[in-house]
Amino acid sequence: MSVLSAITTWLRDALEGICQRYGIPLLAVDILAWLTAAVSVIALVLLIVLFFVYLERKVSGYVQTRLGPMRVGPIGLFQTPMDALKLLLKEDIVPRGADKILHTLGPVLFFVAAMLGYVVIPWDAKATIARHVDLNIGILYVTAVASVGIIGLIMAGWGSNNKWSLLGAMRSAAQMISYEVPMLLAIICVVMQAQSLSLGQIVNSQQGTWLLGWYCWRPWLWLPLILFFIAATAEVNRVPFDIPEAESELVAGYHTEYSGMKFGLFFLTEFANVFIVGLVGATLFFGGWLSPFGNPDPLHIPGFFWLMAKALAIVIFLMWVRWTLPRLRVDQLMALAWKLLIPAGFLAIFIVAVVLLYV
Amino acid sequence: MDALQYGPVGVFVVLSAAFAFATLVVAYLLRPADPYEQKLLTYECGIVPFGEAWSKFFVRYYIIALMFVVFDVEAIFMYPWAVVYKALSHADALGLYPAVEMAVFVGVLLVGLAYAWGKGDLQWISET
Repeated sequence: MSVLSAITTWLRDALEGICQRYGIPLLAVDILAWLTAAVSVIALVLLIVLFFVYLERKVSGYVQTRLGPMRVGPIGLFQTPMDALKLLLKEDIVPRGADKILHTLGPVLFFVAAMLGYVVIPWDAKATIARHVDLNIGILYVTAVASVGIIGLIMAGWGSNNKWSLLGAMRSAAQMISYEVPMLLAIICVVMQAQSLSLGQIVNSQQGTWLLGWYCWRPWLWLPLILFFIAATAEVNRVPFDIPEAESELVAGYHTEYSGMKFGLFFLTEFANVFIVGLVGATLFFGGWLSPFGNPDPLHIPGFFWLMAKALAIVIFLMWVRWTLPRLRVDQLMALAWKLLIPAGFLAIFIVAVVLLYV
Repeated sequence: MDALQYGPVGVFVVLSAAFAFATLVVAYLLRPADPYEQKLLTYECGIVPFGEAWSKFFVRYYIIALMFVVFDVEAIFMYPWAVVYKALSHADALGLYPAVEMAVFVGVLLVGLAYAWGKGDLQWISET
Protein backbone atom coordinates (compact mmCIF):
# COMPACT_ATOMS: atom_id res chain seq x y z
CA MET A 1 0.00 0.00 0.00
CA SER A 2 2.80 2.42 0.82
CA VAL A 3 4.26 1.92 -2.67
CA LEU A 4 0.87 2.66 -4.16
CA SER A 5 0.36 5.80 -2.12
CA ALA A 6 3.89 6.94 -3.00
CA ILE A 7 3.06 6.56 -6.68
CA THR A 8 -0.25 8.43 -6.36
CA THR A 9 1.35 11.26 -4.36
CA TRP A 10 4.08 11.60 -6.98
CA LEU A 11 1.55 11.53 -9.78
CA ARG A 12 -0.56 14.14 -8.06
CA ASP A 13 2.41 16.46 -7.48
CA ALA A 14 3.49 16.05 -11.09
CA LEU A 15 0.01 16.84 -12.39
CA GLU A 16 -0.40 19.83 -10.11
CA GLY A 17 2.98 21.08 -11.33
CA ILE A 18 1.79 20.85 -14.93
CA CYS A 19 -1.43 22.64 -14.03
CA GLN A 20 0.41 25.49 -12.37
CA ARG A 21 2.76 25.88 -15.30
CA TYR A 22 0.01 26.18 -17.88
CA GLY A 23 -2.47 28.01 -15.68
CA ILE A 24 -5.06 25.23 -15.56
CA PRO A 25 -7.14 25.34 -12.34
CA LEU A 26 -6.14 22.67 -9.82
CA LEU A 27 -9.69 21.37 -9.90
CA ALA A 28 -8.72 19.57 -13.10
CA VAL A 29 -6.44 17.27 -11.09
CA ASP A 30 -9.26 16.51 -8.69
CA ILE A 31 -11.64 15.73 -11.50
CA LEU A 32 -9.05 13.43 -13.05
CA ALA A 33 -8.61 11.69 -9.69
CA TRP A 34 -12.37 11.29 -9.31
CA LEU A 35 -12.64 9.90 -12.82
CA THR A 36 -9.90 7.36 -12.18
CA ALA A 37 -11.44 6.36 -8.87
CA ALA A 38 -14.95 6.16 -10.30
CA VAL A 39 -13.82 4.01 -13.22
CA SER A 40 -11.98 1.64 -10.91
CA VAL A 41 -14.88 1.38 -8.46
CA ILE A 42 -17.41 0.73 -11.24
CA ALA A 43 -15.08 -1.88 -12.75
CA LEU A 44 -14.63 -3.49 -9.34
CA VAL A 45 -18.38 -3.59 -8.73
CA LEU A 46 -19.04 -5.16 -12.13
CA LEU A 47 -16.41 -7.83 -11.52
CA ILE A 48 -17.74 -8.53 -8.04
CA VAL A 49 -21.27 -8.77 -9.40
CA LEU A 50 -20.21 -11.34 -11.98
CA PHE A 51 -18.58 -13.28 -9.18
CA PHE A 52 -21.65 -12.96 -6.94
CA VAL A 53 -23.96 -14.38 -9.57
CA TYR A 54 -21.63 -17.35 -9.83
CA LEU A 55 -21.38 -17.57 -6.04
CA GLU A 56 -25.14 -17.43 -5.61
CA ARG A 57 -25.57 -20.36 -7.98
CA LYS A 58 -22.78 -22.28 -6.30
CA VAL A 59 -24.11 -21.65 -2.78
CA SER A 60 -27.64 -22.54 -3.92
CA GLY A 61 -26.23 -25.69 -5.44
CA TYR A 62 -24.41 -26.78 -2.32
CA VAL A 63 -27.41 -26.00 -0.10
CA GLN A 64 -29.45 -28.37 -2.26
CA THR A 65 -26.68 -31.00 -2.40
CA ARG A 66 -25.85 -30.42 -6.03
CA LEU A 67 -22.77 -28.86 -7.56
CA GLY A 68 -24.10 -25.75 -9.26
CA PRO A 69 -22.52 -24.61 -12.55
CA MET A 70 -19.65 -26.93 -13.53
CA ARG A 71 -19.46 -27.04 -17.32
CA VAL A 72 -18.23 -23.67 -18.56
CA GLY A 73 -14.60 -23.21 -17.59
CA PRO A 74 -12.88 -24.71 -14.55
CA ILE A 75 -15.53 -25.44 -11.87
CA GLY A 76 -17.96 -23.35 -13.88
CA LEU A 77 -16.10 -20.07 -13.37
CA PHE A 78 -16.86 -18.73 -16.86
CA GLN A 79 -20.58 -19.35 -16.55
CA THR A 80 -21.56 -15.79 -15.62
CA PRO A 81 -19.31 -13.99 -18.14
CA MET A 82 -20.88 -16.21 -20.79
CA ASP A 83 -24.37 -15.43 -19.49
CA ALA A 84 -23.57 -11.73 -19.64
CA LEU A 85 -22.37 -12.15 -23.22
CA LYS A 86 -25.54 -14.03 -24.07
CA LEU A 87 -27.72 -11.26 -22.62
CA LEU A 88 -25.79 -8.75 -24.72
CA LEU A 89 -26.59 -10.69 -27.88
CA LYS A 90 -30.28 -11.27 -27.16
CA GLU A 91 -33.05 -9.45 -28.93
CA ASP A 92 -34.56 -6.54 -27.04
CA ILE A 93 -38.32 -6.85 -27.16
CA VAL A 94 -40.33 -3.74 -26.34
CA PRO A 95 -43.99 -4.71 -26.21
CA ARG A 96 -46.44 -2.76 -28.34
CA GLY A 97 -48.10 0.06 -26.48
CA ALA A 98 -45.21 0.31 -24.02
CA ASP A 99 -43.85 3.70 -23.11
CA LYS A 100 -40.50 3.35 -24.88
CA ILE A 101 -38.71 6.13 -23.02
CA LEU A 102 -39.72 4.92 -19.55
CA HIS A 103 -39.03 1.34 -20.59
CA THR A 104 -35.42 2.27 -21.37
CA LEU A 105 -34.86 4.81 -18.60
CA GLY A 106 -36.14 2.49 -15.85
CA PRO A 107 -33.22 0.05 -15.79
CA VAL A 108 -30.70 2.85 -16.37
CA LEU A 109 -31.97 4.86 -13.42
CA PHE A 110 -32.09 1.74 -11.24
CA PHE A 111 -28.46 1.05 -12.14
CA VAL A 112 -27.24 4.62 -11.61
CA ALA A 113 -28.93 4.83 -8.20
CA ALA A 114 -27.25 1.61 -7.10
CA MET A 115 -23.81 2.76 -8.23
CA LEU A 116 -24.18 6.09 -6.44
CA GLY A 117 -24.13 4.36 -3.08
CA TYR A 118 -20.54 3.29 -3.67
CA VAL A 119 -19.25 6.87 -3.63
CA VAL A 120 -19.06 7.11 0.15
CA ILE A 121 -17.90 3.62 1.11
CA PRO A 122 -14.62 3.89 3.03
CA TRP A 123 -12.55 1.20 1.29
CA ASP A 124 -9.49 1.70 3.42
CA ALA A 125 -8.05 3.96 6.10
CA LYS A 126 -7.66 6.94 3.79
CA ALA A 127 -9.48 5.78 0.73
CA THR A 128 -12.95 6.78 0.04
CA ILE A 129 -13.19 7.63 -3.62
CA ALA A 130 -10.75 10.52 -3.65
CA ARG A 131 -9.23 13.31 -1.68
CA HIS A 132 -12.23 15.43 -0.80
CA VAL A 133 -14.58 12.66 -0.11
CA ASP A 134 -15.65 11.54 3.20
CA LEU A 135 -19.09 13.02 2.73
CA ASN A 136 -20.09 14.23 6.16
CA ILE A 137 -23.63 13.02 5.59
CA GLY A 138 -22.29 9.59 4.48
CA ILE A 139 -24.84 7.10 5.73
CA LEU A 140 -27.79 9.40 5.14
CA TYR A 141 -26.59 9.82 1.56
CA VAL A 142 -26.49 6.03 1.07
CA THR A 143 -30.09 5.60 2.17
CA ALA A 144 -31.15 8.62 0.12
CA VAL A 145 -29.71 7.41 -3.17
CA ALA A 146 -30.89 3.87 -2.46
CA SER A 147 -34.48 5.07 -2.52
CA VAL A 148 -34.01 6.80 -5.88
CA GLY A 149 -33.83 3.32 -7.39
CA ILE A 150 -37.52 2.81 -6.56
CA ILE A 151 -38.38 5.43 -9.18
CA GLY A 152 -36.54 3.31 -11.73
CA LEU A 153 -38.64 0.30 -10.78
CA ILE A 154 -41.87 2.26 -11.06
CA MET A 155 -40.79 3.58 -14.47
CA ALA A 156 -40.07 0.04 -15.63
CA GLY A 157 -43.33 -1.35 -14.29
CA TRP A 158 -45.44 1.47 -15.65
CA GLY A 159 -43.63 1.69 -18.97
CA SER A 160 -44.06 -2.00 -19.77
CA ASN A 161 -47.81 -1.84 -20.42
CA ASN A 162 -48.25 -5.13 -18.64
CA LYS A 163 -50.46 -5.88 -15.66
CA TRP A 164 -47.88 -8.07 -13.97
CA SER A 165 -45.20 -5.42 -14.35
CA LEU A 166 -47.37 -2.69 -12.90
CA LEU A 167 -48.44 -4.85 -9.97
CA GLY A 168 -44.86 -5.97 -9.34
CA ALA A 169 -43.59 -2.41 -9.44
CA MET A 170 -46.30 -1.18 -7.08
CA ARG A 171 -45.56 -3.99 -4.69
CA SER A 172 -41.82 -3.47 -4.72
CA ALA A 173 -42.28 0.26 -4.21
CA ALA A 174 -44.59 -0.38 -1.25
CA GLN A 175 -42.16 -2.91 0.16
CA MET A 176 -39.05 -0.81 -0.29
CA ILE A 177 -40.54 2.32 1.24
CA SER A 178 -42.02 0.33 4.12
CA TYR A 179 -38.72 -1.31 4.99
CA GLU A 180 -36.78 1.88 4.54
CA VAL A 181 -38.27 3.24 7.77
CA PRO A 182 -36.99 0.45 10.08
CA MET A 183 -33.64 0.61 8.30
CA LEU A 184 -33.40 4.35 8.95
CA LEU A 185 -34.33 3.77 12.59
CA ALA A 186 -31.69 1.06 12.98
CA ILE A 187 -29.06 3.33 11.44
CA ILE A 188 -30.04 6.13 13.85
CA CYS A 189 -28.92 3.88 16.72
CA VAL A 190 -25.46 3.50 15.14
CA VAL A 191 -25.29 7.23 14.49
CA MET A 192 -26.10 7.95 18.14
CA GLN A 193 -23.28 5.66 19.18
CA ALA A 194 -20.73 7.00 16.68
CA GLN A 195 -21.89 10.63 16.94
CA SER A 196 -21.31 11.11 13.24
CA LEU A 197 -23.00 10.45 9.92
CA SER A 198 -19.73 10.04 8.06
CA LEU A 199 -18.96 6.40 7.31
CA GLY A 200 -15.25 7.05 7.81
CA GLN A 201 -15.93 8.41 11.29
CA ILE A 202 -18.23 5.50 12.11
CA VAL A 203 -15.42 3.06 11.27
CA ASN A 204 -12.85 5.07 13.21
CA SER A 205 -15.00 5.08 16.33
CA GLN A 206 -15.03 1.27 16.24
CA GLN A 207 -11.31 0.98 16.88
CA GLY A 208 -10.36 -0.96 19.98
CA THR A 209 -8.39 -3.95 21.16
CA TRP A 210 -8.45 -6.42 18.31
CA LEU A 211 -12.03 -6.73 17.17
CA LEU A 212 -13.67 -5.82 20.49
CA GLY A 213 -14.42 -2.24 19.45
CA TRP A 214 -16.79 -3.29 16.68
CA TYR A 215 -20.39 -2.32 17.24
CA CYS A 216 -21.56 -5.90 16.95
CA TRP A 217 -20.12 -6.51 20.43
CA ARG A 218 -22.27 -3.91 22.16
CA PRO A 219 -25.43 -5.61 23.42
CA TRP A 220 -27.55 -2.45 23.06
CA LEU A 221 -26.76 -2.44 19.34
CA TRP A 222 -27.89 -6.02 18.75
CA LEU A 223 -31.51 -5.07 18.13
CA PRO A 224 -30.51 -2.42 15.53
CA LEU A 225 -28.19 -4.98 13.93
CA ILE A 226 -31.00 -7.51 13.51
CA LEU A 227 -33.40 -4.81 12.31
CA PHE A 228 -30.87 -3.51 9.84
CA PHE A 229 -30.30 -6.87 8.23
CA ILE A 230 -34.00 -7.77 8.04
CA ALA A 231 -34.83 -4.39 6.51
CA ALA A 232 -31.83 -4.49 4.17
CA THR A 233 -32.82 -7.93 2.89
CA ALA A 234 -36.23 -6.50 2.07
CA GLU A 235 -34.69 -3.39 0.50
CA VAL A 236 -32.78 -5.49 -2.01
CA ASN A 237 -35.84 -7.67 -2.70
CA ARG A 238 -34.28 -10.94 -1.70
CA VAL A 239 -35.99 -14.04 -0.37
CA PRO A 240 -37.86 -14.16 2.02
CA PHE A 241 -38.94 -10.70 0.85
CA ASP A 242 -38.89 -11.20 -2.91
CA ILE A 243 -42.60 -10.43 -3.31
CA PRO A 244 -41.96 -8.08 -6.28
CA GLU A 245 -40.78 -11.00 -8.37
CA ALA A 246 -42.58 -13.86 -6.72
CA GLU A 247 -42.66 -16.20 -9.73
CA SER A 248 -45.59 -18.17 -8.47
CA GLU A 249 -47.92 -15.17 -8.36
CA LEU A 250 -46.48 -12.30 -10.38
CA VAL A 251 -44.54 -14.00 -13.21
CA ALA A 252 -41.41 -11.82 -12.93
CA GLY A 253 -42.78 -8.65 -11.39
CA TYR A 254 -41.47 -5.38 -12.77
CA HIS A 255 -39.10 -7.01 -15.26
CA THR A 256 -41.65 -9.34 -16.89
CA GLU A 257 -41.39 -7.49 -20.20
CA TYR A 258 -37.64 -7.08 -20.20
CA SER A 259 -35.21 -9.04 -22.26
CA GLY A 260 -31.65 -8.73 -23.47
CA MET A 261 -29.33 -6.14 -21.98
CA LYS A 262 -32.09 -4.14 -20.29
CA PHE A 263 -32.89 -7.22 -18.25
CA GLY A 264 -29.14 -7.62 -17.79
CA LEU A 265 -29.00 -4.17 -16.19
CA PHE A 266 -31.73 -5.10 -13.72
CA PHE A 267 -29.96 -8.32 -12.88
CA LEU A 268 -26.63 -6.60 -12.44
CA THR A 269 -28.14 -3.89 -10.28
CA GLU A 270 -29.80 -6.35 -7.95
CA PHE A 271 -26.46 -7.92 -7.16
CA ALA A 272 -24.78 -4.52 -6.93
CA ASN A 273 -27.39 -3.68 -4.29
CA VAL A 274 -26.66 -6.89 -2.42
CA PHE A 275 -22.98 -5.98 -2.43
CA ILE A 276 -23.70 -2.53 -1.03
CA VAL A 277 -25.77 -4.08 1.77
CA GLY A 278 -22.72 -6.21 2.58
CA LEU A 279 -20.41 -3.19 2.53
CA VAL A 280 -22.67 -0.91 4.56
CA GLY A 281 -23.49 -3.68 7.04
CA ALA A 282 -19.78 -4.40 7.49
CA THR A 283 -19.06 -0.70 7.91
CA LEU A 284 -21.81 -0.03 10.43
CA PHE A 285 -21.54 -3.07 12.63
CA PHE A 286 -18.37 -5.04 11.84
CA GLY A 287 -15.68 -2.40 11.83
CA GLY A 288 -15.46 -1.70 8.10
CA TRP A 289 -11.85 -1.86 6.96
CA LEU A 290 -10.54 -2.43 10.51
CA SER A 291 -8.48 -5.57 10.91
CA PRO A 292 -9.63 -8.10 13.53
CA PHE A 293 -6.00 -8.41 14.71
CA GLY A 294 -5.58 -4.83 15.89
CA ASN A 295 -4.75 -1.66 14.05
CA PRO A 296 -2.58 -1.15 12.17
CA ASP A 297 -2.73 -4.72 11.04
CA PRO A 298 0.28 -6.69 12.36
CA LEU A 299 0.51 -8.65 9.10
CA HIS A 300 0.19 -5.51 6.94
CA ILE A 301 -2.92 -6.83 5.25
CA PRO A 302 -4.64 -3.82 3.67
CA GLY A 303 -7.96 -2.73 5.15
CA PHE A 304 -9.54 -3.14 1.74
CA PHE A 305 -9.09 -6.89 2.07
CA TRP A 306 -10.84 -6.97 5.45
CA LEU A 307 -13.75 -4.87 4.21
CA MET A 308 -14.20 -7.20 1.23
CA ALA A 309 -13.95 -10.29 3.43
CA LYS A 310 -16.63 -8.97 5.80
CA ALA A 311 -18.91 -7.91 2.96
CA LEU A 312 -18.48 -11.31 1.33
CA ALA A 313 -19.37 -13.06 4.59
CA ILE A 314 -22.56 -10.99 4.85
CA VAL A 315 -23.49 -11.72 1.23
CA ILE A 316 -22.99 -15.45 1.75
CA PHE A 317 -25.20 -15.15 4.83
CA LEU A 318 -27.93 -13.54 2.70
CA MET A 319 -27.62 -16.37 0.16
CA TRP A 320 -27.90 -18.91 2.96
CA VAL A 321 -31.03 -17.17 4.27
CA ARG A 322 -32.51 -17.41 0.79
CA TRP A 323 -32.59 -21.18 0.96
CA THR A 324 -33.65 -21.35 4.60
CA LEU A 325 -36.77 -19.20 4.86
CA PRO A 326 -39.97 -19.39 2.81
CA ARG A 327 -41.35 -16.31 1.07
CA LEU A 328 -43.77 -14.09 2.99
CA ARG A 329 -47.22 -13.24 1.68
CA VAL A 330 -47.71 -9.61 0.73
CA ASP A 331 -50.02 -8.87 3.68
CA GLN A 332 -47.63 -10.58 6.10
CA LEU A 333 -44.81 -8.55 4.61
CA MET A 334 -46.53 -5.24 5.28
CA ALA A 335 -47.63 -6.33 8.73
CA LEU A 336 -44.08 -7.31 9.62
CA ALA A 337 -42.74 -3.89 8.61
CA TRP A 338 -45.38 -1.67 10.18
CA LYS A 339 -46.48 -3.67 13.19
CA LEU A 340 -43.25 -5.27 14.30
CA LEU A 341 -40.12 -3.70 12.85
CA ILE A 342 -41.06 -0.03 13.17
CA PRO A 343 -42.15 -0.24 16.84
CA ALA A 344 -39.03 -2.36 17.45
CA GLY A 345 -36.96 0.36 15.77
CA PHE A 346 -38.30 2.98 18.17
CA LEU A 347 -37.66 0.62 21.07
CA ALA A 348 -34.07 0.19 19.87
CA ILE A 349 -33.55 3.96 19.74
CA PHE A 350 -35.02 4.25 23.23
CA ILE A 351 -32.66 1.56 24.56
CA VAL A 352 -29.61 3.17 22.96
CA ALA A 353 -30.66 6.59 24.25
CA VAL A 354 -30.93 5.28 27.82
CA VAL A 355 -27.66 3.33 27.62
CA LEU A 356 -25.76 6.31 26.21
CA LEU A 357 -26.80 8.38 29.21
CA TYR A 358 -24.63 6.15 31.36
CA VAL A 359 -21.91 4.85 29.03
CA MET B 1 -14.59 23.68 -0.64
CA ASP B 2 -17.56 21.94 0.93
CA ALA B 3 -19.45 21.77 -2.33
CA LEU B 4 -16.42 19.97 -3.77
CA GLN B 5 -17.37 17.00 -1.62
CA TYR B 6 -20.13 16.31 -4.08
CA GLY B 7 -17.86 16.42 -7.12
CA PRO B 8 -17.32 12.64 -7.15
CA VAL B 9 -21.08 12.15 -6.89
CA GLY B 10 -21.49 14.07 -10.11
CA VAL B 11 -18.70 12.11 -11.75
CA PHE B 12 -20.36 8.88 -10.66
CA VAL B 13 -23.75 9.89 -12.03
CA VAL B 14 -22.23 10.71 -15.41
CA LEU B 15 -19.99 7.65 -15.59
CA SER B 16 -22.50 5.06 -14.47
CA ALA B 17 -25.22 6.48 -16.73
CA ALA B 18 -22.67 6.44 -19.56
CA PHE B 19 -21.86 2.82 -18.79
CA ALA B 20 -25.53 1.81 -18.72
CA PHE B 21 -26.26 3.54 -22.03
CA ALA B 22 -23.06 2.18 -23.55
CA THR B 23 -24.09 -1.41 -22.82
CA LEU B 24 -27.49 -0.71 -24.33
CA VAL B 25 -25.88 0.77 -27.44
CA VAL B 26 -23.44 -2.13 -27.79
CA ALA B 27 -26.34 -4.54 -27.37
CA TYR B 28 -28.27 -2.56 -30.01
CA LEU B 29 -25.40 -2.98 -32.47
CA LEU B 30 -24.90 -6.68 -31.81
CA ARG B 31 -28.35 -8.13 -31.30
CA PRO B 32 -30.82 -9.39 -33.85
CA ALA B 33 -34.11 -7.53 -34.28
CA ASP B 34 -37.07 -9.46 -35.60
CA PRO B 35 -40.25 -8.12 -34.05
CA TYR B 36 -43.58 -9.47 -35.22
CA GLU B 37 -47.16 -9.19 -34.07
CA GLN B 38 -47.21 -12.09 -31.61
CA LYS B 39 -43.82 -11.28 -30.12
CA LEU B 40 -44.89 -7.75 -29.28
CA LEU B 41 -47.89 -8.84 -27.24
CA THR B 42 -47.47 -8.37 -23.51
CA TYR B 43 -47.21 -11.53 -21.47
CA GLU B 44 -50.39 -12.57 -19.80
CA CYS B 45 -49.97 -16.25 -19.06
CA GLY B 46 -50.31 -17.22 -22.70
CA ILE B 47 -53.71 -15.71 -23.43
CA VAL B 48 -54.28 -12.65 -25.58
CA PRO B 49 -54.07 -9.71 -23.19
CA PHE B 50 -57.36 -7.99 -22.50
CA GLY B 51 -58.31 -4.65 -21.00
CA GLU B 52 -56.01 -1.85 -20.00
CA ALA B 53 -52.70 -2.57 -18.29
CA TRP B 54 -52.67 0.95 -16.89
CA SER B 55 -55.63 0.26 -14.71
CA LYS B 56 -56.84 1.06 -11.25
CA PHE B 57 -54.76 -0.32 -8.44
CA PHE B 58 -55.24 -1.08 -4.81
CA VAL B 59 -55.82 2.01 -2.66
CA ARG B 60 -53.73 0.46 0.13
CA TYR B 61 -50.55 1.42 -1.73
CA TYR B 62 -51.60 5.01 -1.39
CA ILE B 63 -52.03 4.80 2.36
CA ILE B 64 -48.67 3.06 2.76
CA ALA B 65 -47.06 5.88 0.75
CA LEU B 66 -48.68 8.49 3.01
CA MET B 67 -47.48 6.71 6.14
CA PHE B 68 -44.02 6.43 4.62
CA VAL B 69 -43.78 10.15 4.00
CA VAL B 70 -44.64 10.86 7.63
CA PHE B 71 -42.17 8.38 9.08
CA ASP B 72 -39.39 9.12 6.62
CA VAL B 73 -39.50 12.84 7.28
CA GLU B 74 -39.57 12.08 10.96
CA ALA B 75 -36.48 9.86 10.66
CA ILE B 76 -34.70 12.69 8.84
CA PHE B 77 -35.51 14.98 11.76
CA MET B 78 -34.02 12.42 14.12
CA TYR B 79 -30.64 12.24 12.37
CA PRO B 80 -29.26 15.62 13.52
CA TRP B 81 -30.50 14.83 17.01
CA ALA B 82 -28.79 11.43 16.92
CA VAL B 83 -25.45 12.98 15.93
CA VAL B 84 -25.36 15.40 18.87
CA TYR B 85 -27.27 13.30 21.41
CA LYS B 86 -24.31 11.99 23.38
CA ALA B 87 -22.50 15.31 23.36
CA LEU B 88 -25.64 17.14 24.52
CA SER B 89 -26.40 14.85 27.42
CA HIS B 90 -22.80 14.48 28.60
CA ALA B 91 -20.57 17.37 27.59
CA ASP B 92 -23.27 20.02 27.74
CA ALA B 93 -24.65 18.37 30.88
CA LEU B 94 -28.23 18.61 29.72
CA GLY B 95 -28.87 15.16 31.17
CA LEU B 96 -32.28 13.79 30.33
CA TYR B 97 -33.41 16.88 28.44
CA PRO B 98 -32.51 15.78 24.87
CA ALA B 99 -33.94 12.30 25.45
CA VAL B 100 -37.23 13.60 26.82
CA GLU B 101 -37.53 16.13 24.03
CA MET B 102 -37.20 13.46 21.36
CA ALA B 103 -39.51 11.15 23.31
CA VAL B 104 -42.24 13.79 23.10
CA PHE B 105 -41.69 14.23 19.35
CA VAL B 106 -41.69 10.46 18.68
CA GLY B 107 -44.56 9.98 21.10
CA VAL B 108 -46.83 12.19 19.01
CA LEU B 109 -45.97 10.16 15.92
CA LEU B 110 -46.49 6.88 17.72
CA VAL B 111 -49.97 8.04 18.65
CA GLY B 112 -50.47 8.54 14.92
CA LEU B 113 -49.20 5.03 14.20
CA ALA B 114 -51.51 3.63 16.88
CA TYR B 115 -54.41 5.53 15.32
CA ALA B 116 -53.67 4.15 11.86
CA TRP B 117 -53.33 0.69 13.37
CA GLY B 118 -56.62 1.04 15.19
CA LYS B 119 -58.36 2.26 12.04
CA GLY B 120 -57.15 -0.90 10.30
CA ASP B 121 -55.00 0.97 7.80
CA LEU B 122 -52.04 -1.29 8.50
CA GLN B 123 -54.18 -4.28 7.57
CA TRP B 124 -53.43 -5.19 3.96
CA ILE B 125 -56.71 -7.00 3.57
CA SER B 126 -59.35 -5.03 5.42
CA GLU B 127 -62.18 -6.89 7.09
CA THR B 128 -64.76 -4.20 6.41
